[in-house]
Amino acid sequence: MDYTILILALPLLSFLVLALAGMKMPHRVAGAIGTLSLGAVAVLSYLTAFSYFTAERTAEGTYPTLTPWNIDWLPFTQQLHIDMGIMLDPISVMMLIVISTVSLMVHIYSFGYMKGEKGFQRYYAFLSLFTFSMLGLVVATNIFQMYVFWELVGVSSYLLIGFYYTKPEAILASKKAFIVTRFADLGFLIGILIYGYYMQTFTFTPSEEQLMKAGMVLPWALGLMFVGGAGKSAMFPLHIWLPDAMEGPTPVSALIHAATMVVAGVYLVARMFPLFIGFAPSVLHWVAYIGAFTAFYAASVACAQSDIKRVLAFSTISQIGFMMVALGVCTSMNPHEGGLGYMAGMFHLFTHAMFKALLFLGAGCIIHAVHSNEMETMGGLHKYMPITHITFLIACLAIAGIPPFSGFFSKDEILTACFQFSPVIGWVMTIIAGMTAFYMFRLYYCIFWGKENKELHAAHVPHESPLNMTFPLMFLAAVTLIAGFIPFGHFVSANGESYDIHLDIQVAATSIVVALIAIGLATWMYAREKQPVAEMLARRYSGLHRAAYKRFYMDEVWMFVTKRIIFRCISTPLAWFDRHVIDQFMNFMAWCTQAFGVTVQPAQSGRIQTYTMWFLGGIILLTLVLLLF
Amino acid sequence: MGITLQEIAFYAVAVCIIVCSVLAVTTGKILRAATYLLFVLFGTGAIYGILGYTFLSAVQLMVYAGGIVVLYVFSILLTQSDKDMKYHIRRGKLVSVLLTTLIGAGLVLFLLVTNGFALNLIPQGDELPVEQIGQALIGTDKYQFVLPFEVVSFLLLACMIGAILIARKEEKKD
Amino acid sequence: MEIEIHVIHYLVISTVMMFCGVYGFFTRKNLLALLISVELMLNATNINFAVFNRYLFPGQLEGHFFSLFGIAIAAAETAVAIAIIINVYRNVKHILTDDITDLKG
Repeated sequence: MDYTILILALPLLSFLVLALAGMKMPHRVAGAIGTLSLGAVAVLSYLTAFSYFTAERTAEGTYPTLTPWNIDWLPFTQQLHIDMGIMLDPISVMMLIVISTVSLMVHIYSFGYMKGEKGFQRYYAFLSLFTFSMLGLVVATNIFQMYVFWELVGVSSYLLIGFYYTKPEAILASKKAFIVTRFADLGFLIGILIYGYYMQTFTFTPSEEQLMKAGMVLPWALGLMFVGGAGKSAMFPLHIWLPDAMEGPTPVSALIHAATMVVAGVYLVARMFPLFIGFAPSVLHWVAYIGAFTAFYAASVACAQSDIKRVLAFSTISQIGFMMVALGVCTSMNPHEGGLGYMAGMFHLFTHAMFKALLFLGAGCIIHAVHSNEMETMGGLHKYMPITHITFLIACLAIAGIPPFSGFFSKDEILTACFQFSPVIGWVMTIIAGMTAFYMFRLYYCIFWGKENKELHAAHVPHESPLNMTFPLMFLAAVTLIAGFIPFGHFVSANGESYDIHLDIQVAATSIVVALIAIGLATWMYAREKQPVAEMLARRYSGLHRAAYKRFYMDEVWMFVTKRIIFRCISTPLAWFDRHVIDQFMNFMAWCTQAFGVTVQPAQSGRIQTYTMWFLGGIILLTLVLLLF
Repeated sequence: MGITLQEIAFYAVAVCIIVCSVLAVTTGKILRAATYLLFVLFGTGAIYGILGYTFLSAVQLMVYAGGIVVLYVFSILLTQSDKDMKYHIRRGKLVSVLLTTLIGAGLVLFLLVTNGFALNLIPQGDELPVEQIGQALIGTDKYQFVLPFEVVSFLLLACMIGAILIARKEEKKD
Repeated sequence: MEIEIHVIHYLVISTVMMFCGVYGFFTRKNLLALLISVELMLNATNINFAVFNRYLFPGQLEGHFFSLFGIAIAAAETAVAIAIIINVYRNVKHILTDDITDLKG
């Protein structure tokens, strides 16, 4: 499997070429370079996956963990060294498929979406950089390599959110994303350092002896690593950057902020899963509670947003919450006894990446058609954009959990895992799944049916997007249709053994009923030209509606915490101390030196006579001293 | 015990040297300063003679009085500086200079007096023969000075070349 | 027959000459006058060499030769100094120490 190095090398090469020489190229060539290299990466990824999963299983019935490439990069001590390499195991191979597929689709889609944009080549260069770093992240052989690529992913996300760098909102959003995730990454780094310090290794699978050494601090290390993951995966209360990140181009949102980068936190937890299960089950359950709360919070906010990309962003947060819950409710490594959530979470990651990318790309087509993100400019678009309409509907049905679409299967597994853990969590998650169905169909109706903004549409007739934009939609829709039937448990499960997915009829029926009720409610409220129920509700509970629209004031809370508490109580005194004590001390030293210099400067007159006089005076003085003492 | 001719000559020369030294540094005209210097140098030559170093005395007269002073006079005329030299000197500076000089001189004289030299006799007319000087200059034994001699001659050569090079008019470059 | 002049007398002469040179060196502004002062100081040291040689070590010649070399070196120094002064005069049109303070950098 030596060719796997190309999976990393090609995007990097394409980034270097585009970044160094891109500005000299015509748009078409630059886009072609990026897309072709990504196409090659996708082919190689599929090849890797095919050969990996068709290979022999080991005696325990698991797929072997392969490391085709590994180099000692920074040796600190005999045992503690940072490596760079490629590791293949079921989840990393699955992530390779997800990333390369979505990235390739986004590359193709961007041909149409970004057509004629200034900085087209820069855009493709950044996309390549992002793809490279994301692939490097998932194939990392050790936690430090993961951290390095983790930060690279953060940088490329920052660059792409701020792609329209002439727009102040975009700059603010990119800064916000970078600072919030960096803040969370501090936790990750501390966690890694604790891990490395006590265990003397950075590998994901430390030996018994090393684990003994870590002992009590391991839960802390894992908890801190989860803080980093929570930052990247937009878990409450570190989610505030993700809705603002929608300022970037829509394909970027589809790739980074829906399908790949934001699930890095989930991937991190999955990667450290055996350690969580073995040494920090309580931390893992906290992951579940945080995930559940985030899922609920984001779903309720999504019900009130008017910007379609914001709705999708909160939907993403909510769905990542689902994945976190799935991982968090696990109690053992055995998928038959409390280890189902691992498989369910990964499965949901896979299907969600596909249909959420589809939703974002569809939203991109709509924005392309009406030149706005706001719902009020839309409505009744189904007659103008049939392909977008159908694919968007498929994605909505998938995320709402209607069979036979892929989302149904993965969500059902998550709910099953939750019910196994505790009925309370199970019901909470079922209700959140219902809310998901409600807000997604609210979105769907507000875009494609409901009240049409005839005035605007008459002035500028919305039109279906060109083929290079609709092809990715159709491809992803096809994947969404069939992905549910993949025997996912056969490839990925908590202990690596083959696991047959079987539906729990009771759970499945409940979730379908809840979803159908929610869809019916959304149809009743939003499908018609007039929406009296929705308006009435919004009026009656105006406080709640307003709070949900304002995201329950989380941004304001953060602003309060940072500006009023941190800045005022900590930073201001520190700044005062720095300015008045440290700086003044330095100034005083400078002043002393200067004063001394000014005092002795006249002695340096350049007149030989004066010098000689000092010289003679000195000699006389010395002689006197020698005489007297 | 009467005063000998040599003693009279010595004291006359001493007075001449002291007076001329003071005048050389206080006179307002530089040409006169050069002239007073000439007298000082003559006086020095005379002292060498009194000490019995007639060869040294002759060299002093030839090189110093004959060569260097002439050089001075020429350069004074060349640089057109034979004018009034009564530049204003700040009082503070004058005081400090006088103080340094007087304290220095006082210190040296004090040291000389308190050192207690008991020597007051030299054989009269015991002239240093030139042959002995010549032998000492070209010998390599102990108390013979061929190396300094050669070094000095080399130095003189270097200086001659250097002086010519420095004082030469720069060629106009086109 | 011997002459009776105490060695102190010679040394007083040279001291006076020396400090006249010092005084001149400090107060003069004309470079040539400065050089004259330097000559006075050199002469004073030469006298000392000769006197000490004659009184302390009459059998040897070190002091004598030091005086001799001193004269030679004084001549060399004067030649170079005057060459420099003339060059300065050519460039600055003055040979006053106040004008030549470039040593200050």
